[in-house]
Amino acid sequence: MEKILLIDFGSTYTKLTAVSLKNEEIIGTAASFTTVSSDIKEGYHNALAKLFAKTGELKFDKIIACSSAAGGLKMAAIGLVEELTVEAAKIVCLGAGAKVDIILSHHITNEDVENIIKKKIDIILLAGGTDGGNSECVLYNLRKLGEAHIKIPIIYAGNRSCRDEVLKIMKEYDLNGFICDNIMAKLNLLNIEDAKNVIKQIFLSNIIVGKGIKKIEEEIDGVILPTPQALLQGVDLLSKGYLDEEGLGELLVFDIGGATTDVYSLCPGEPKRGDTILKGIQEPYAKRTVEGDLGMRYSALGVLASLNEEKLDMYKLQGIDMEKECNLRHQFVEMIPQSKHEEVVDELMAKICVDTALSRHVGKIESYYTPMGIMYLQSGKDLSDIKYIIGTGGVIINSPQPKKILEAGLYNKNKMMELRPKEVKYLLDSNYILSAMGLLSTISPLCALRIMKKYLVEV
Amino acid sequence: MNTIVIGVIGADVHAVGNKIIEYTLTSQGYNVVNVGVLATQEDFINAAIESDAKMILVSSLYGHGEIDCRGLREKCIEAGLDKIILYVGGNIVVGKQDFKEVEQRFLAMGFNRVFPPMTKIESVLDIIKKDLEEYGKNTFD
Repeated sequence: MEKILLIDFGSTYTKLTAVSLKNEEIIGTAASFTTVSSDIKEGYHNALAKLFAKTGELKFDKIIACSSAAGGLKMAAIGLVEELTVEAAKIVCLGAGAKVDIILSHHITNEDVENIIKKKIDIILLAGGTDGGNSECVLYNLRKLGEAHIKIPIIYAGNRSCRDEVLKIMKEYDLNGFICDNIMAKLNLLNIEDAKNVIKQIFLSNIIVGKGIKKIEEEIDGVILPTPQALLQGVDLLSKGYLDEEGLGELLVFDIGGATTDVYSLCPGEPKRGDTILKGIQEPYAKRTVEGDLGMRYSALGVLASLNEEKLDMYKLQGIDMEKECNLRHQFVEMIPQSKHEEVVDELMAKICVDTALSRHVGKIESYYTPMGIMYLQSGKDLSDIKYIIGTGGVIINSPQPKKILEAGLYNKNKMMELRPKEVKYLLDSNYILSAMGLLSTISPLCALRIMKKYLVEV
Repeated sequence: MNTIVIGVIGADVHAVGNKIIEYTLTSQGYNVVNVGVLATQEDFINAAIESDAKMILVSSLYGHGEIDCRGLREKCIEAGLDKIILYVGGNIVVGKQDFKEVEQRFLAMGFNRVFPPMTKIESVLDIIKKDLEEYGKNTFD
Protein backbone atom coordinates (compact mmCIF):
# COMPACT_ATOMS: atom_id res chain seq x y z
CA MET A 1 0.00 0.00 0.00
CA GLU A 2 1.44 3.32 -1.02
CA LYS A 3 -0.97 6.15 -1.74
CA ILE A 4 -3.89 6.82 0.58
CA LEU A 5 -6.71 9.32 0.20
CA LEU A 6 -8.29 10.66 3.37
CA ILE A 7 -11.59 12.51 3.18
CA ASP A 8 -13.39 14.68 5.70
CA PHE A 9 -17.02 15.31 4.79
CA GLY A 10 -17.59 18.46 6.84
CA SER A 11 -20.81 20.39 7.26
CA THR A 12 -19.58 22.98 4.74
CA TYR A 13 -16.49 21.59 3.02
CA THR A 14 -15.42 18.21 1.73
CA LYS A 15 -11.69 18.15 2.42
CA LEU A 16 -9.25 15.75 0.79
CA THR A 17 -5.75 14.87 1.95
CA ALA A 18 -3.61 12.65 -0.27
CA VAL A 19 -0.77 10.91 1.52
CA SER A 20 2.24 8.90 0.46
CA LEU A 21 2.97 6.21 3.03
CA LYS A 22 6.39 5.48 1.61
CA ASN A 23 7.70 9.04 1.73
CA GLU A 24 5.68 9.88 4.83
CA GLU A 25 4.46 13.06 3.25
CA ILE A 26 1.33 14.84 2.09
CA ILE A 27 1.05 14.79 -1.69
CA GLY A 28 -1.68 17.38 -1.82
CA THR A 29 -4.86 18.74 -0.28
CA ALA A 30 -8.05 20.16 -1.79
CA ALA A 31 -11.53 21.19 -0.68
CA SER A 32 -14.91 21.78 -2.23
CA PHE A 33 -18.44 22.37 -0.93
CA THR A 34 -20.16 19.38 0.65
CA THR A 35 -23.21 18.33 -1.32
CA VAL A 36 -24.91 15.90 1.02
CA SER A 37 -28.38 17.39 0.45
CA SER A 38 -28.30 16.47 -3.26
CA ASP A 39 -25.64 13.84 -3.86
CA ILE A 40 -22.58 13.62 -1.66
CA LYS A 41 -20.55 12.28 -4.61
CA GLU A 42 -20.74 15.60 -6.47
CA GLY A 43 -18.75 17.52 -3.85
CA TYR A 44 -16.29 14.65 -3.64
CA HIS A 45 -15.77 14.64 -7.41
CA ASN A 46 -15.30 18.42 -7.46
CA ALA A 47 -12.71 18.24 -4.70
CA LEU A 48 -11.01 15.34 -6.42
CA ALA A 49 -10.77 17.34 -9.67
CA LYS A 50 -9.19 20.21 -7.73
CA LEU A 51 -6.72 17.84 -6.12
CA PHE A 52 -5.71 16.26 -9.44
CA ALA A 53 -5.28 19.71 -10.96
CA LYS A 54 -2.52 20.25 -8.41
CA THR A 55 -0.94 16.83 -8.24
CA GLY A 56 -1.80 15.20 -11.56
CA GLU A 57 -3.90 12.06 -11.79
CA LEU A 58 -3.29 9.75 -8.82
CA LYS A 59 -4.24 6.16 -8.17
CA PHE A 60 -5.08 5.41 -4.54
CA ASP A 61 -4.62 2.09 -2.81
CA LYS A 62 -7.12 2.98 -0.13
CA ILE A 63 -9.70 5.73 0.36
CA ILE A 64 -11.29 6.27 3.77
CA ALA A 65 -13.40 9.06 5.19
CA CYS A 66 -14.74 10.65 8.32
CA SER A 67 -17.90 12.72 8.40
CA SER A 68 -19.59 15.49 10.29
CA ALA A 69 -21.89 16.34 7.37
CA ALA A 70 -25.67 16.73 7.67
CA GLY A 71 -25.53 17.98 11.25
CA GLY A 72 -22.89 15.56 12.50
CA LEU A 73 -23.88 13.11 15.20
CA LYS A 74 -26.55 14.51 17.52
CA MET A 75 -27.00 12.77 20.84
CA ALA A 76 -29.10 12.98 23.97
CA ALA A 77 -27.30 12.13 27.22
CA ILE A 78 -29.59 10.89 29.99
CA GLY A 79 -28.44 10.00 33.49
CA LEU A 80 -29.53 10.13 37.10
CA VAL A 81 -27.53 12.64 39.20
CA GLU A 82 -26.18 15.64 37.34
CA GLU A 83 -22.64 15.54 38.74
CA LEU A 84 -22.32 11.77 38.29
CA THR A 85 -23.97 9.63 35.62
CA VAL A 86 -25.25 12.63 33.64
CA GLU A 87 -21.75 14.06 33.50
CA ALA A 88 -20.38 10.62 32.62
CA ALA A 89 -22.91 10.26 29.78
CA LYS A 90 -21.93 13.67 28.46
CA ILE A 91 -18.22 12.78 28.53
CA VAL A 92 -18.92 9.55 26.63
CA CYS A 93 -20.95 11.29 23.91
CA LEU A 94 -18.35 14.01 23.42
CA GLY A 95 -15.53 11.46 23.43
CA ALA A 96 -17.32 9.55 20.67
CA GLY A 97 -17.37 12.68 18.54
CA ALA A 98 -21.01 13.60 19.04
CA LYS A 99 -22.75 16.86 19.75
CA VAL A 100 -24.78 16.64 22.94
CA ASP A 101 -27.96 18.52 22.12
CA ILE A 102 -30.03 17.28 25.04
CA ILE A 103 -28.90 16.57 28.60
CA LEU A 104 -31.40 15.12 31.08
CA SER A 105 -31.25 13.96 34.68
CA HIS A 106 -33.59 12.01 36.98
CA HIS A 107 -37.06 11.13 35.64
CA ILE A 108 -37.68 12.40 32.14
CA THR A 109 -41.02 13.92 31.13
CA ASN A 110 -43.27 13.73 28.08
CA GLU A 111 -41.99 17.13 27.07
CA ASP A 112 -38.40 15.86 27.18
CA VAL A 113 -39.35 12.97 24.92
CA GLU A 114 -41.05 15.33 22.47
CA ASN A 115 -37.92 17.45 22.49
CA ILE A 116 -35.79 14.43 21.61
CA ILE A 117 -38.00 13.80 18.60
CA LYS A 118 -38.25 17.46 17.61
CA LYS A 119 -34.50 18.04 17.74
CA LYS A 120 -33.94 14.99 15.49
CA ILE A 121 -31.57 13.30 17.92
CA ASP A 122 -29.58 10.48 16.25
CA ILE A 123 -28.73 8.35 19.27
CA ILE A 124 -29.90 8.31 22.90
CA LEU A 125 -27.42 7.30 25.60
CA LEU A 126 -29.30 6.14 28.67
CA ALA A 127 -27.31 5.82 31.89
CA GLY A 128 -28.07 5.90 35.59
CA GLY A 129 -27.13 3.95 38.67
CA THR A 130 -23.87 2.31 39.63
CA ASP A 131 -23.81 -1.49 39.34
CA GLY A 132 -26.17 -2.75 42.00
CA GLY A 133 -27.35 0.79 42.61
CA ASN A 134 -30.43 2.70 41.54
CA SER A 135 -32.44 0.95 38.84
CA GLU A 136 -35.81 2.61 39.32
CA CYS A 137 -34.88 5.75 37.39
CA VAL A 138 -33.34 4.17 34.25
CA LEU A 139 -36.20 1.70 33.98
CA TYR A 140 -38.72 4.52 34.33
CA ASN A 141 -36.91 6.55 31.66
CA LEU A 142 -36.62 3.60 29.29
CA ARG A 143 -40.32 2.86 29.67
CA LYS A 144 -41.09 6.54 29.00
CA LEU A 145 -39.12 6.34 25.75
CA GLY A 146 -40.89 3.08 24.95
CA GLU A 147 -44.35 4.52 25.49
CA ALA A 148 -43.55 7.21 22.94
CA HIS A 149 -42.62 4.45 20.45
CA ILE A 150 -39.32 6.11 19.71
CA LYS A 151 -37.44 4.59 16.80
CA ILE A 152 -34.15 6.33 17.59
CA PRO A 153 -31.35 3.94 18.61
CA ILE A 154 -31.13 3.78 22.42
CA ILE A 155 -27.90 2.66 24.07
CA TYR A 156 -28.40 1.34 27.57
CA ALA A 157 -25.26 2.10 29.60
CA GLY A 158 -26.63 2.11 33.14
CA ASN A 159 -26.83 -0.16 36.17
CA ARG A 160 -25.84 -3.64 35.05
CA SER A 161 -28.03 -5.38 37.61
CA CYS A 162 -31.30 -4.52 35.87
CA ARG A 163 -30.34 -5.54 32.34
CA ASP A 164 -32.93 -8.31 32.30
CA GLU A 165 -35.72 -5.82 32.88
CA VAL A 166 -34.14 -3.50 30.33
CA LEU A 167 -34.20 -6.22 27.69
CA LYS A 168 -37.80 -6.99 28.56
CA ILE A 169 -38.88 -3.36 28.13
CA MET A 170 -36.92 -3.04 24.89
CA LYS A 171 -38.71 -6.11 23.55
CA GLU A 172 -42.11 -5.07 24.85
CA TYR A 173 -41.99 -1.72 23.04
CA ASP A 174 -39.96 -3.00 20.09
CA LEU A 175 -37.24 -0.43 20.72
CA ASN A 176 -34.10 -0.06 18.63
CA GLY A 177 -32.02 -0.94 21.68
CA PHE A 178 -28.35 -1.65 22.31
CA ILE A 179 -26.70 -2.70 25.54
CA CYS A 180 -23.20 -1.91 26.72
CA ASP A 181 -21.12 -1.77 29.90
CA ASN A 182 -22.23 0.62 32.63
CA ILE A 183 -20.36 3.89 32.04
CA MET A 184 -20.16 4.36 35.81
CA ALA A 185 -20.10 0.90 37.33
CA LYS A 186 -18.44 2.31 40.42
CA LEU A 187 -18.96 5.81 41.77
CA ASN A 188 -16.78 8.43 40.05
CA LEU A 189 -14.99 5.84 37.89
CA LEU A 190 -15.61 6.24 34.18
CA ASN A 191 -15.78 3.28 31.87
CA ILE A 192 -16.23 4.80 28.44
CA GLU A 193 -14.64 2.55 25.83
CA ASP A 194 -17.47 0.07 25.33
CA ALA A 195 -20.12 2.79 25.04
CA LYS A 196 -17.92 4.73 22.62
CA ASN A 197 -17.54 1.66 20.42
CA VAL A 198 -21.28 1.03 20.35
CA ILE A 199 -21.89 4.68 19.38
CA LYS A 200 -19.35 4.31 16.57
CA GLN A 201 -21.00 1.12 15.33
CA ILE A 202 -24.45 2.73 15.26
CA PHE A 203 -23.05 5.79 13.55
CA LEU A 204 -21.54 3.64 10.82
CA SER A 205 -24.41 1.20 10.39
CA ASN A 206 -27.44 3.50 10.82
CA ILE A 207 -26.76 7.20 10.98
CA ILE A 208 -24.70 7.71 7.85
CA VAL A 209 -27.22 5.69 5.85
CA GLY A 210 -30.08 7.94 6.96
CA LYS A 211 -28.14 11.05 6.10
CA GLY A 212 -27.21 10.00 2.57
CA ILE A 213 -23.53 9.72 3.39
CA LYS A 214 -23.34 5.96 2.94
CA LYS A 215 -23.84 6.38 -0.83
CA ILE A 216 -20.23 7.45 -1.16
CA GLU A 217 -19.15 3.94 -0.19
CA GLU A 218 -19.88 2.85 -3.76
CA GLU A 219 -16.71 4.75 -4.68
CA ILE A 220 -14.50 4.63 -1.62
CA ASP A 221 -13.46 1.96 0.89
CA GLY A 222 -15.52 3.34 3.73
CA VAL A 223 -16.64 6.06 6.07
CA ILE A 224 -15.10 4.90 9.31
CA LEU A 225 -15.41 7.63 11.96
CA PRO A 226 -17.26 10.78 12.96
CA THR A 227 -14.84 13.67 12.29
CA PRO A 228 -14.35 14.83 15.89
CA GLN A 229 -13.47 11.30 16.92
CA ALA A 230 -10.95 11.10 14.07
CA LEU A 231 -9.38 14.32 15.32
CA LEU A 232 -9.35 13.00 18.88
CA GLN A 233 -7.62 9.80 17.74
CA GLY A 234 -5.10 11.85 15.77
CA VAL A 235 -4.09 14.12 18.64
CA ASP A 236 -4.15 11.20 21.09
CA LEU A 237 -1.54 9.50 18.93
CA LEU A 238 0.44 12.73 18.62
CA SER A 239 0.50 13.02 22.39
CA LYS A 240 1.32 9.43 23.32
CA GLY A 241 3.59 8.47 20.45
CA TYR A 242 3.81 5.04 18.83
CA LEU A 243 6.37 2.33 19.58
CA ASP A 244 9.83 3.95 19.33
CA GLU A 245 8.53 7.14 17.75
CA GLU A 246 8.05 9.61 20.56
CA GLY A 247 4.92 11.72 20.91
CA LEU A 248 4.81 15.34 21.97
CA GLY A 249 3.54 14.64 25.49
CA GLU A 250 0.78 16.67 27.08
CA LEU A 251 -1.27 18.66 24.55
CA LEU A 252 -4.13 21.09 24.38
CA VAL A 253 -6.00 21.68 21.11
CA PHE A 254 -8.38 24.50 20.20
CA ASP A 255 -10.66 24.22 17.19
CA ILE A 256 -12.68 27.39 16.70
CA GLY A 257 -15.43 27.18 14.11
CA GLY A 258 -18.34 29.34 13.09
CA ALA A 259 -20.82 27.59 15.36
CA THR A 260 -18.75 25.85 18.05
CA THR A 261 -15.45 25.91 19.87
CA ASP A 262 -14.00 22.48 20.55
CA VAL A 263 -11.32 21.91 23.16
CA TYR A 264 -9.28 18.71 23.40
CA SER A 265 -6.89 18.01 26.24
CA LEU A 266 -4.49 15.07 26.15
CA CYS A 267 -2.95 14.48 29.54
CA PRO A 268 -3.61 12.46 32.71
CA GLY A 269 -4.58 15.67 34.54
CA GLU A 270 -4.20 14.13 37.98
CA PRO A 271 -3.35 16.22 41.05
CA LYS A 272 0.35 17.06 41.02
CA ARG A 273 0.85 17.76 44.72
CA GLY A 274 0.58 15.66 47.84
CA ASP A 275 -1.76 18.14 49.53
CA THR A 276 -4.29 18.05 46.68
CA ILE A 277 -7.22 15.68 46.64
CA LEU A 278 -9.21 14.86 43.48
CA LYS A 279 -12.98 15.28 43.78
CA GLY A 280 -15.66 13.96 41.52
CA ILE A 281 -15.24 12.07 38.27
CA GLN A 282 -11.77 11.08 37.11
CA GLU A 283 -11.80 12.50 33.59
CA PRO A 284 -10.26 10.63 30.64
CA TYR A 285 -6.74 11.15 29.26
CA ALA A 286 -8.22 12.34 25.97
CA LYS A 287 -11.00 14.73 26.91
CA ARG A 288 -13.11 16.69 24.46
CA THR A 289 -15.58 19.46 25.22
CA VAL A 290 -17.74 21.35 22.75
CA GLU A 291 -19.10 24.81 23.41
CA GLY A 292 -22.17 25.23 21.25
CA ASP A 293 -22.59 28.88 22.22
CA LEU A 294 -19.08 30.00 21.32
CA GLY A 295 -18.23 30.51 17.67
CA MET A 296 -17.11 33.13 15.18
CA ARG A 297 -20.31 33.52 13.16
CA TYR A 298 -23.43 31.47 13.84
CA SER A 299 -22.69 31.50 17.59
CA ALA A 300 -21.33 35.07 17.73
CA LEU A 301 -24.17 36.10 20.04
CA GLY A 302 -22.96 33.55 22.60
CA VAL A 303 -19.58 35.27 22.57
CA LEU A 304 -21.35 38.56 23.22
CA ALA A 305 -23.38 37.04 26.04
CA SER A 306 -20.20 35.89 27.78
CA LEU A 307 -19.04 39.51 28.21
CA ASN A 308 -20.09 41.72 31.10
CA GLU A 309 -20.79 45.48 30.96
CA GLU A 310 -17.30 46.27 32.17
CA LYS A 311 -15.67 44.29 29.38
CA LEU A 312 -18.00 45.77 26.76
CA ASP A 313 -17.09 49.28 27.89
CA MET A 314 -13.40 48.42 27.85
CA TYR A 315 -13.60 47.23 24.25
CA LYS A 316 -15.61 50.32 23.33
CA LEU A 317 -12.76 52.49 24.60
CA GLN A 318 -10.49 50.54 22.25
CA GLY A 319 -12.84 51.42 19.42
CA ILE A 320 -14.64 48.09 19.17
CA ASP A 321 -18.42 47.94 19.60
CA MET A 322 -18.78 44.24 20.37
CA GLU A 323 -22.55 44.36 20.42
CA LYS A 324 -22.65 45.63 16.85
CA GLU A 325 -19.83 43.42 15.62
CA CYS A 326 -21.24 40.19 17.07
CA ASN A 327 -24.71 40.88 15.74
CA LEU A 328 -23.25 41.61 12.32
CA ARG A 329 -21.37 38.33 12.26
CA HIS A 330 -24.39 36.40 13.48
CA GLN A 331 -26.44 37.90 10.67
CA PHE A 332 -23.87 37.42 7.90
CA VAL A 333 -22.38 34.03 8.65
CA GLU A 334 -20.46 33.99 5.36
CA MET A 335 -18.53 37.14 6.27
CA ILE A 336 -14.78 37.09 5.63
CA PRO A 337 -12.75 39.89 7.21
CA GLN A 338 -11.82 42.50 4.58
CA SER A 339 -10.36 45.36 6.59
CA LYS A 340 -7.76 45.56 9.33
CA HIS A 341 -10.52 46.45 11.79
CA GLU A 342 -12.58 43.38 10.95
CA GLU A 343 -9.48 41.27 11.34
CA VAL A 344 -8.82 42.73 14.80
CA VAL A 345 -12.41 42.07 15.87
CA ASP A 346 -12.25 38.46 14.65
CA GLU A 347 -9.03 37.98 16.55
CA LEU A 348 -10.58 39.41 19.71
CA MET A 349 -13.62 37.14 19.38
CA ALA A 350 -11.35 34.13 18.87
CA LYS A 351 -9.47 35.03 22.03
CA ILE A 352 -12.73 35.20 23.96
CA CYS A 353 -13.72 31.80 22.55
CA VAL A 354 -10.40 30.27 23.64
CA ASP A 355 -10.55 31.85 27.09
CA THR A 356 -14.19 31.01 27.85
CA ALA A 357 -14.11 27.52 26.34
CA LEU A 358 -11.01 26.66 28.36
CA SER A 359 -12.57 27.98 31.57
CA ARG A 360 -15.29 25.38 31.06
CA HIS A 361 -12.87 22.60 30.11
CA VAL A 362 -10.08 22.98 32.63
CA GLY A 363 -9.96 21.61 36.18
CA LYS A 364 -10.35 23.95 39.14
CA ILE A 365 -8.75 24.03 42.53
CA GLU A 366 -10.19 25.21 45.85
CA SER A 367 -8.30 25.69 49.08
CA TYR A 368 -9.57 24.48 52.44
CA TYR A 369 -8.20 25.54 55.80
CA THR A 370 -8.10 22.42 57.88
CA PRO A 371 -6.60 21.83 61.30
CA MET A 372 -3.77 20.10 59.41
CA GLY A 373 -2.99 23.17 57.30
CA ILE A 374 -4.19 24.27 53.87
CA MET A 375 -5.43 21.44 51.69
CA TYR A 376 -6.54 21.67 48.07
CA LEU A 377 -9.51 20.10 46.34
CA GLN A 378 -9.18 19.55 42.62
CA SER A 379 -12.13 18.88 40.35
CA GLY A 380 -11.45 18.16 36.68
CA LYS A 381 -8.09 17.96 34.94
CA ASP A 382 -4.90 19.74 35.92
CA LEU A 383 -3.50 21.16 32.65
CA SER A 384 -0.61 23.10 34.18
CA ASP A 385 2.05 20.79 32.71
CA ILE A 386 0.77 21.01 29.12
CA LYS A 387 3.72 21.36 26.74
CA TYR A 388 2.03 22.34 23.49
CA ILE A 389 -1.08 24.26 22.52
CA ILE A 390 -2.27 23.45 19.00
CA GLY A 391 -4.59 25.67 17.01
CA THR A 392 -6.86 24.57 14.19
CA GLY A 393 -9.95 26.00 12.47
CA GLY A 394 -10.15 28.89 9.99
CA VAL A 395 -9.86 31.89 12.26
CA ILE A 396 -6.69 30.67 13.96
CA ILE A 397 -5.03 29.34 10.83
CA ASN A 398 -5.74 32.45 8.75
CA SER A 399 -4.87 34.91 11.50
CA PRO A 400 -1.63 36.86 11.07
CA GLN A 401 -1.05 36.38 14.80
CA PRO A 402 -2.30 32.92 15.75
CA LYS A 403 -0.08 32.83 18.82
CA LYS A 404 -1.90 35.82 20.28
CA ILE A 405 -5.23 33.99 20.05
CA LEU A 406 -3.90 30.80 21.61
CA GLU A 407 -2.23 32.73 24.43
CA ALA A 408 -5.71 33.43 25.79
CA GLY A 409 -5.58 29.83 27.06
CA LEU A 410 -2.66 30.42 29.40
CA TYR A 411 -2.58 30.78 33.18
CA ASN A 412 -4.19 34.05 34.13
CA LYS A 413 -4.04 35.88 37.44
CA ASN A 414 -7.72 36.72 37.26
CA LYS A 415 -8.57 33.04 37.06
CA MET A 416 -6.18 31.69 39.65
CA MET A 417 -8.37 28.76 40.58
CA GLU A 418 -8.19 27.34 37.04
CA LEU A 419 -5.39 24.84 36.44
CA ARG A 420 -4.35 26.31 33.09
CA PRO A 421 -1.10 25.70 31.21
CA LYS A 422 1.83 27.87 32.19
CA GLU A 423 4.72 27.49 29.77
CA VAL A 424 3.95 26.16 26.34
CA LYS A 425 4.99 26.12 22.70
CA TYR A 426 2.43 26.86 20.01
CA LEU A 427 1.73 24.71 16.97
CA LEU A 428 -0.50 25.46 14.02
CA ASP A 429 -2.45 22.90 11.99
CA SER A 430 -2.09 25.06 8.91
CA ASN A 431 -2.86 22.24 6.45
CA TYR A 432 -5.94 20.94 8.31
CA ILE A 433 -4.42 17.51 8.71
CA LEU A 434 -5.34 16.49 12.26
CA SER A 435 -8.57 14.62 11.49
CA ALA A 436 -7.05 13.15 8.32
CA MET A 437 -4.16 11.83 10.41
CA GLY A 438 -6.63 10.34 12.87
CA LEU A 439 -8.07 8.44 9.92
CA LEU A 440 -4.61 7.46 8.71
CA SER A 441 -3.73 6.19 12.19
CA THR A 442 -6.18 3.33 11.61
CA ILE A 443 -3.92 2.18 8.73
CA SER A 444 -0.43 3.27 9.77
CA PRO A 445 -0.06 4.97 13.14
CA LEU A 446 3.66 5.47 12.66
CA CYS A 447 3.23 7.29 9.37
CA ALA A 448 0.38 9.43 10.74
CA LEU A 449 2.48 10.39 13.75
CA ARG A 450 5.51 11.34 11.68
CA ILE A 451 3.45 13.40 9.24
CA MET A 452 1.84 15.32 12.10
CA LYS A 453 5.22 16.04 13.64
CA LYS A 454 6.49 17.19 10.26
CA TYR A 455 3.55 19.34 9.17
CA LEU A 456 2.46 21.09 12.37
CA VAL A 457 4.21 24.45 12.30
CA GLU A 458 5.58 26.14 15.40
CA VAL A 459 4.56 29.78 15.71
CA MET B 1 -26.36 -6.58 49.04
CA ASN B 2 -26.94 -3.47 51.15
CA THR B 3 -25.08 -0.33 50.16
CA ILE B 4 -23.63 2.09 52.71
CA VAL B 5 -22.16 5.47 51.79
CA ILE B 6 -19.30 6.57 54.04
CA GLY B 7 -17.08 9.65 54.12
CA VAL B 8 -15.50 12.41 56.19
CA ILE B 9 -17.54 15.59 56.07
CA GLY B 10 -16.37 19.20 55.83
CA ALA B 11 -12.81 20.60 55.77
CA ASP B 12 -11.62 17.45 57.47
CA VAL B 13 -8.86 15.24 56.10
CA HIS B 14 -8.69 12.43 58.66
CA ALA B 15 -8.33 9.53 56.27
CA VAL B 16 -7.21 6.65 58.46
CA GLY B 17 -10.44 5.91 60.32
CA ASN B 18 -12.31 6.30 57.02
CA LYS B 19 -10.22 3.52 55.50
CA ILE B 20 -10.74 1.28 58.54
CA ILE B 21 -14.50 1.73 58.29
CA GLU B 22 -14.40 0.93 54.57
CA TYR B 23 -12.32 -2.18 55.19
CA THR B 24 -14.46 -3.44 58.06
CA LEU B 25 -17.83 -2.89 56.42
CA THR B 26 -16.63 -4.41 53.15
CA SER B 27 -15.40 -7.50 54.94
CA GLN B 28 -18.87 -7.77 56.52
CA GLY B 29 -20.35 -8.10 53.06
CA TYR B 30 -21.65 -4.59 52.56
CA ASN B 31 -21.25 -2.69 49.32
CA VAL B 32 -19.34 0.34 50.55
CA VAL B 33 -19.28 3.55 48.55
CA ASN B 34 -16.60 5.80 50.00
CA VAL B 35 -16.78 9.49 49.09
CA GLY B 36 -13.52 10.05 50.97
CA VAL B 37 -12.32 13.08 52.90
CA LEU B 38 -13.31 16.73 52.38
CA ALA B 39 -16.76 15.52 51.41
CA THR B 40 -19.72 17.87 51.09
CA GLN B 41 -23.31 16.99 51.99
CA GLU B 42 -24.03 16.84 48.25
CA ASP B 43 -21.24 14.28 47.73
CA PHE B 44 -22.92 11.96 50.24
CA ILE B 45 -26.39 12.48 48.79
CA ASN B 46 -25.38 12.09 45.12
CA ALA B 47 -23.49 8.91 45.90
CA ALA B 48 -26.47 7.54 47.84
CA ILE B 49 -28.87 8.22 44.96
CA GLU B 50 -26.71 6.57 42.28
CA SER B 51 -25.79 3.59 44.41
CA ASP B 52 -29.27 3.13 45.92
CA ALA B 53 -27.78 3.21 49.42
CA LYS B 54 -29.80 2.54 52.54
CA MET B 55 -27.45 4.22 54.96
CA ILE B 56 -25.11 7.21 55.08
CA LEU B 57 -22.38 7.02 57.67
CA VAL B 58 -20.84 10.44 58.30
CA SER B 59 -17.49 10.81 60.07
CA SER B 60 -16.21 14.05 61.53
CA LEU B 61 -13.00 14.19 63.53
CA TYR B 62 -12.06 17.86 63.69
CA GLY B 63 -14.72 19.37 65.92
CA HIS B 64 -16.83 21.22 63.36
CA GLY B 65 -19.28 18.40 62.75
CA GLU B 66 -22.26 20.30 64.03
CA ILE B 67 -21.98 23.04 61.40
CA ASP B 68 -21.12 20.59 58.62
CA CYS B 69 -24.00 18.22 59.37
CA ARG B 70 -26.73 20.82 59.74
CA GLY B 71 -29.39 20.43 57.06
CA LEU B 72 -28.24 17.04 55.79
CA ARG B 73 -31.55 15.33 56.67
CA GLU B 74 -33.56 18.08 54.98
CA LYS B 75 -31.44 17.82 51.84
CA CYS B 76 -31.88 14.03 51.83
CA ILE B 77 -35.64 14.45 51.94
CA GLU B 78 -35.44 17.04 49.18
CA ALA B 79 -33.42 14.60 47.06
CA GLY B 80 -35.98 11.81 47.49
CA LEU B 81 -33.94 9.86 50.05
CA ASP B 82 -36.77 9.90 52.57
CA LYS B 83 -36.01 6.51 54.06
CA ILE B 84 -32.24 6.75 54.32
CA ILE B 85 -30.63 5.94 57.67
CA LEU B 86 -28.16 8.59 58.88
CA TYR B 87 -25.30 7.86 61.28
CA VAL B 88 -22.68 10.25 62.57
CA GLY B 89 -19.61 9.59 64.66
CA GLY B 90 -16.13 10.79 65.63
CA ASN B 91 -15.17 13.95 67.48
CA ILE B 92 -18.23 15.71 66.27
CA VAL B 93 -18.17 18.79 68.50
CA VAL B 94 -15.56 21.18 69.92
CA GLY B 95 -14.04 20.43 73.32
CA LYS B 96 -15.34 18.12 75.99
CA GLN B 97 -19.11 18.42 76.06
CA ASP B 98 -21.61 16.17 77.74
CA PHE B 99 -22.27 13.49 75.15
CA LYS B 100 -25.92 13.09 76.13
CA GLU B 101 -26.54 16.70 75.12
CA VAL B 102 -24.53 16.36 71.95
CA GLU B 103 -26.47 13.25 71.02
CA GLN B 104 -29.76 15.08 71.53
CA ARG B 105 -28.66 17.91 69.28
CA PHE B 106 -27.72 15.55 66.45
CA LEU B 107 -30.86 13.45 66.87
CA ALA B 108 -32.85 16.67 66.59
CA MET B 109 -30.99 17.36 63.32
CA GLY B 110 -32.43 14.13 61.95
CA PHE B 111 -29.63 11.62 62.53
CA ASN B 112 -30.81 8.17 63.54
CA ARG B 113 -27.76 7.31 65.58
CA VAL B 114 -24.96 9.37 67.08
CA PHE B 115 -21.77 7.75 68.31
CA PRO B 116 -19.40 9.14 70.94
CA PRO B 117 -15.64 9.61 70.41
CA MET B 118 -13.50 6.46 70.35
CA THR B 119 -16.35 4.21 69.19
CA LYS B 120 -14.90 1.36 67.17
CA ILE B 121 -16.73 0.35 64.00
CA GLU B 122 -16.53 -3.32 65.07
CA SER B 123 -18.56 -2.55 68.16
CA VAL B 124 -21.54 -1.21 66.20
CA LEU B 125 -21.82 -3.85 63.47
CA ASP B 126 -24.83 -5.43 65.19
CA ILE B 127 -26.64 -2.10 65.34
CA ILE B 128 -25.94 -1.45 61.65
CA LYS B 129 -27.27 -4.89 60.77
CA LYS B 130 -30.41 -4.42 62.80
CA ASP B 131 -31.12 -0.94 61.47
CA LEU B 132 -30.69 -2.12 57.89
CA GLU B 133 -33.09 -4.98 58.52
CA GLU B 134 -35.65 -2.47 59.66
CA TYR B 135 -34.94 -0.14 56.75
CA GLY B 136 -38.04 1.32 55.20
CA LYS B 137 -40.25 0.91 58.23
CA ASN B 138 -39.82 4.59 59.02
CA THR B 139 -39.74 7.53 56.71
CA PHE B 140 -38.34 10.76 58.05
CA ASP B 141 -40.16 13.50 56.22
